[in-house]
Amino acid sequence: MRLLDIGMNHKTAPVEIREKLASDDMLDYLVRLDSVKEAISLKTCNRVEAIVVTDNEDRARRSILSYICRIGNLSQENILNFVYIFKDLDAVRHIFRVASSLDSMVIGEPQILGQVKGAYAEAVKKKSTGVILNTLMHRAFHVAKKIRTETGICEAAVSVSYAAVELAKKIFGSLADKRVLLIGAGEMSELTARHLMSNGAKEVIVANRTFERAMELASKFNSYPISFDEIPAYLLEVDIVITSTAAPDYIITTDMLKGISRKRRNKALFFIDIAVPRDVDPEVNKLDSVYVYDIDDLKGIVQMNMEQRRKEAMKAERIIEEEVLKFKRWLETLDVVPTIILLKNKAYSVLERELKRSESKLRDLNPKQREAVFVLCKSIVEKLINDPILFLKSKAGRPTVDTYLDLTKKLFNLDQQQGERIYEDSRHKFNNR
Amino acid sequence: MFGSICFKLAIFFYIIASAGLIVYTIKQEKKLFDIAFLFLVIAFSFHTLFLIYGYCVFGTAPVLDFRSSLSFFSWTLILVYFFFFLKFRLRILGAFVTPFSTFLILISSMFSISKAPVKPIFKTIWLTLHVGTIFIGNALFATAFIVSIMYLLQEHYIKAKKLTFFYRRLPSLTTLDNINHYSLIYGFAFVTAGIITGAIYAQIAFGKYWQWDPKEVCSLITWILYAALIHEKLAVGWKGRKAAIMSIFCFLVLSLSSISTSLWTEGYHNIKNLGLLG
Repeated sequence: MRLLDIGMNHKTAPVEIREKLASDDMLDYLVRLDSVKEAISLKTCNRVEAIVVTDNEDRARRSILSYICRIGNLSQENILNFVYIFKDLDAVRHIFRVASSLDSMVIGEPQILGQVKGAYAEAVKKKSTGVILNTLMHRAFHVAKKIRTETGICEAAVSVSYAAVELAKKIFGSLADKRVLLIGAGEMSELTARHLMSNGAKEVIVANRTFERAMELASKFNSYPISFDEIPAYLLEVDIVITSTAAPDYIITTDMLKGISRKRRNKALFFIDIAVPRDVDPEVNKLDSVYVYDIDDLKGIVQMNMEQRRKEAMKAERIIEEEVLKFKRWLETLDVVPTIILLKNKAYSVLERELKRSESKLRDLNPKQREAVFVLCKSIVEKLINDPILFLKSKAGRPTVDTYLDLTKKLFNLDQQQGERIYEDSRHKFNNR
Repeated sequence: MFGSICFKLAIFFYIIASAGLIVYTIKQEKKLFDIAFLFLVIAFSFHTLFLIYGYCVFGTAPVLDFRSSLSFFSWTLILVYFFFFLKFRLRILGAFVTPFSTFLILISSMFSISKAPVKPIFKTIWLTLHVGTIFIGNALFATAFIVSIMYLLQEHYIKAKKLTFFYRRLPSLTTLDNINHYSLIYGFAFVTAGIITGAIYAQIAFGKYWQWDPKEVCSLITWILYAALIHEKLAVGWKGRKAAIMSIFCFLVLSLSSISTSLWTEGYHNIKNLGLLG
């Protein structure tokens, strides 16, 4: 049994190829392959991956690659430039990294875990997963959660609008009851205002050179528009001002704000200047209780936070290495499981047969005594096979394991064929749960 | 014997708690804070035991020499921190207050223990009331001082757009300003109560409410300074930077005057004249 992960992401393949693959039902194809025992297909806007468990790695790989060639309209020669292929533990590591958002375009973005869970749920619905992928995916969810809580890869804003919201929180603490004045219109300024609102801000008042535009925008925020001449009056009342006009000169000057601080009873005033060229005179930042951040400052913060996340990602990689090792140990025990089950079955069938044979002699016993005899026999059997089982488990993953498995089968006269059937049965039982 | 064991254990655990809180501030792992906070509670408990023991031995609050009054002051600082922790859940404040308090108690341990008998004039509940309220008031002013420093740091980082180590760890400006505000108001109330109980005590002990003792004069001056600050806050709406700077200035005046009047000026508040050393 081998684990195989074949896929492409935003780094390896252009969006034209990814979207072609994303629109096709890959899981359906994977399930129909003979060489594939378990399968999951993960498709997001940044990646397409096939995760499979196979008993014929070569065939499975060729089938999946030819599928990608066909759907992605690629030639056999250059396909390897666009895809990556991970085997066994490398595949485990890759899946853990994807789920923990270490492989994402923006490290630490929160959506990917949901998308991985969705892909798994779809596979479970189509009954295409088994013991290995079930365990692997649950492990991946666990790792992702652990990394989220134990490292800072999801902290610190990595977009301009979120960086502005974070700053506002550092100044005001809670944003509840805070009033926002939006001067000028623009996608980013509107987004920032929206983020402020969803973080508790009370209202967003809109000012614009063209009053119609102001009215239109204000209705989006359920508030009211004001004219440009009213801005100085409103500066006495609001807490946060977002500016993004196309004006060539400063709209907010130090003269406008001088003496304002006393009237505002020293309440803090925060300017978020998204406009280029700037709308707020940078000198304003020197006034008491007034803070000005322009677009370059905010971009600088985003840059710094990205750097911070990259540092935290190193911690995350360590956690992943630990988890890969744990998963490796679990995978190794899988080799000895069929023999252990055989051994147990043999022991219990002997127990059952012998009890049946003594049936006539035990007839006179009362139910309590019968129970005692049964428990006695059972515990003798279990004690006897316990040491061999522990021994086999301890040899799991060692190069000599096959010799010991063979020896065990010979010693106890276990049937090889039956063992494989039992493994398949337990797999199906697992699937149909 | 029992007292000195408690005192030493308290110092020992204070040092561990301080170290833990500083490491927490750097590493930002909540588990570390929980452990350090537990050590702080243990240290505080031993310190409390030590004070109770002192009270029983002397028959009055153990505040009559420089050593014990400094140790009592550091105890009230931690007490005040516990209250603010319950109200604001501000972990980082502990990383500032605890080392400061530990520093004070370490200084106090360097002074010798006086063995002179306590004058009967001190064996009254009025001394405990007077010193207790004054010290809690001063501890609140000290908290205001520490929080104001934190405020100026945080404001500097935001203005200068240096969003690094301290910016990430310090709370919002509004939170710091609020704590400064509460500490000043409550501190002022306690100090006022302390001055009143002191006057009553003086009337009972000396037959005079007010004797223009150097410490009394200095306290009056700092009381007026704090009164002015609170007036500006409430009437004019002083906030943030201005309030923080004034709070720092007031506390510097307060600590200078109280140390100098305890040690170097003549007057009945002087440690020497409390009758323990002579």
